[in-house]
Amino acid sequence: MKYTAVYVLWLLVLFLVPLSIVVLFSFLEPRVHGGVLWSFSLRSYSYLPQYLRLIWRSAWIAGVSTILTLVLALPVAFYISKSGHKNFLLLLVVVPFWTNSLIRIYAWRVILGNNGVINQFLNRFGLEPVQFLYNPFAVILVIVYTYLPFAILPLFSSMEKVDESILEAALDLGANKREVFVKVLLPNVKAGLLSAFVFVFIPALGSYAIPDLVGGLNSKMIGNEIARQLLIVKNWPVASAMSNLLIVVSLVGILLIMRREKMK
Amino acid sequence: MGGEISILNVNKFFGDFQVLKNVSLEIRKGEFFSILGPSGCGKTTLLRVIAGFEDVQEGDVLLDGESILHLPANKRPVNIIFQSYALFPHLTVFENIAFPLRLKKFTESEIKERVGNLLNLIRMEEHAFKYPSQLSGGQKQRVAIARALANEPRVLLLDEPLSALDAKLRQELLIELDNLHDKVGITFVYVTHDQTEAISVSDRVALMNDGKIIQIGTPYEIYESPVNVFAATFIGETNLMKVDVLEVEEEYYVVEAPGVGVFRCYKDKEAKAGNRLILTLRPEKIRISKQKPMIFENVFHGIIEEEIYMGYQTKYFVRLDEGYIMKVYKQHVRYLLDEPILHWKDEVYVSWDPNDSFIVEVLTS
Repeated sequence: MKYTAVYVLWLLVLFLVPLSIVVLFSFLEPRVHGGVLWSFSLRSYSYLPQYLRLIWRSAWIAGVSTILTLVLALPVAFYISKSGHKNFLLLLVVVPFWTNSLIRIYAWRVILGNNGVINQFLNRFGLEPVQFLYNPFAVILVIVYTYLPFAILPLFSSMEKVDESILEAALDLGANKREVFVKVLLPNVKAGLLSAFVFVFIPALGSYAIPDLVGGLNSKMIGNEIARQLLIVKNWPVASAMSNLLIVVSLVGILLIMRREKMK
Repeated sequence: MGGEISILNVNKFFGDFQVLKNVSLEIRKGEFFSILGPSGCGKTTLLRVIAGFEDVQEGDVLLDGESILHLPANKRPVNIIFQSYALFPHLTVFENIAFPLRLKKFTESEIKERVGNLLNLIRMEEHAFKYPSQLSGGQKQRVAIARALANEPRVLLLDEPLSALDAKLRQELLIELDNLHDKVGITFVYVTHDQTEAISVSDRVALMNDGKIIQIGTPYEIYESPVNVFAATFIGETNLMKVDVLEVEEEYYVVEAPGVGVFRCYKDKEAKAGNRLILTLRPEKIRISKQKPMIFENVFHGIIEEEIYMGYQTKYFVRLDEGYIMKVYKQHVRYLLDEPILHWKDEVYVSWDPNDSFIVEVLTS
C-alpha cells in the first residue's frame, strides 16, 4: 500500500499521459510541417481503410514469427529448466542484449546480403547468389532472432515450477515422451506460453527497424507507415490514428486468446 | 494378478558414489513388502529401479521370471505412487484417473466404467470433478492410488506415500492401504523411513542401510531378532550394552556390563569366555517395581532419573547403582489395579528375563 502512490504516479507519467496525447492528436487536424491544429476531426481515421492490406501483412508476419519463436523457445526453455547450469545458460540467452539491437539487425544484413557471408560462401562453390534480404522471409527471420529471448525467459520460469514428478508419473502411466510433452508439460506451462506470446506478438506487430532494414517494399509493416506519416508526410494525426489501431488490434488479439483459454 | 519381483545382485552408482551395493531381494506374489531404512540408504533408488526411472550398472530385475531392465518406464506393468502424489494439476480427479486409460485408447464407456469403479474403491465419487488443488492431502493420496491402479499393474510401488500427512491421518490411511491391498490382491512394495508404518502393515520387511540389505523378515522377526546393532537401534527403542563374557553355560552366558553388573543373557551366538559382545534389551521387556522382585535373577537397583508420561505407558530412565542409564517402558493396563505409579527420584528395582537380553554382535572372538 505504501508504494501505491508511487506506482500510480509512474503509470500516469510514463504510460497514461503519453497514450492520452496520442489518442488526443488522432482526433485533431494536421499542421502542414508537423504538429496539430486544435480543431476536432475524424479525418485521420477515414484514411485507415486504405491501409487494410498493410495491417493484414503486419498481422501475419507477426503471427508467423510468434509461432516460430514459441516453437523454438519451448525445447530451449525445457532444456534449461532441467539443466544443472541454469544460470550460465540463462546468461547466454540474454547475452545478445548487450549489443544494441540496430547493430544486430545490421549484422543480419552482413550475413544475408547479396554480397554477404552466405552468398560469398555459395559463390566459392560456384553457386548463383540468392536474394535473402528485402522480403518477408528476412523480416520473419530477424524478428524470430530478436524476440527469442523474450519467449525463452517466461517459458523457462513456468517450466521450472512444474513438478518433475508429474512428468515421471505420466511416463509411469504409459505415456511416451511426446505424450508427456503435449498432455502434461504444455498444459502446465500455459501461463508461460501466454506471456511469451504477448511478449513476442505485440512488439513484433509494431516492428519498425527490422522491416525497415531487412524488408523490402513487399514486407513493410504498419510501424514503417506510422514512422513515414510522422517523419516524412508530417501528418501527426494520421500517425496517431494508426498507432491507436495497432493498440486495438493487439488488444483484441490478446483478449481473444485469453478468452479461448478461459473457455477450455 | 500380483507380480513376483526378483532383484538379483544389483549394483548402482551415481558417479563414484555407490547407492546400491549388491542388493538381492525376492518379493512374493501379492505380498505387502516394505523397504525400510534411513534417508539416503538407497531405498527410493531401489524403487525407482523397479519402476524404470533409474538404470543399474550390474545385476538384474525380474518380474514374474522375466527381466524388465530393458523396458522403459512406460512399458513396465508396474505403477508408482510418488511422495508428492504427482497428480496432474490441470486435470480433474476423474481425468487424472482416466489418463492412463485414454493413452491406451479405451472407449468413452469403458473409461466411465473403470474410473467409476476406482472412484468407488477409494470412496471419492462425489469429488470426481474437483481439481487436485481442491483436495486434502489424504484425498490426493487416494486419487494417486486409483490412478496407479487404473492400468491394472501387477505391482504397485509406493514411495513414502504418507510422509506428507499428519500423524493421525497417517494411521488411518495406513489401515486403508492395508484394506486396499487385501481387496486388489496385487503386490505392494512400500518404501518408508518410518519403522512403525513398515512393521504395522507389512507381510515382510527389508531393512536397508548404506545401500545394503541388512535384514529381511516378518515384522516380528525384524523387531524381536535384529541381526546387528543397526537393526536393533533403527527399529524401536532398545538398551544396548557392551558386555564381557565371564562364563559359558548351556543356554546362557554370564556376562558383566560396565555400569550394570553381572547378569545372564541368552546364548544365541557363539562366544567364549573373555569375548566382548553387544547386547540388546528392549525397554518394554524390563519390569520395574518398588519392591524387590522374588522371581527374576537379573535384578538391579536404581533411581528414576526421568519419567515421560504418555498415557498408555510411562517411559522411565533409571540410573542403576553402577551408573548405567536404562530405558524402561511400563504399560498402564489396569487403572487403579496396577501398582502405584512410580515417580521421579523413586528408588526402584529393574529386572528382566535372561531370554530377553540377547547378543546382536560379537566384537572380539
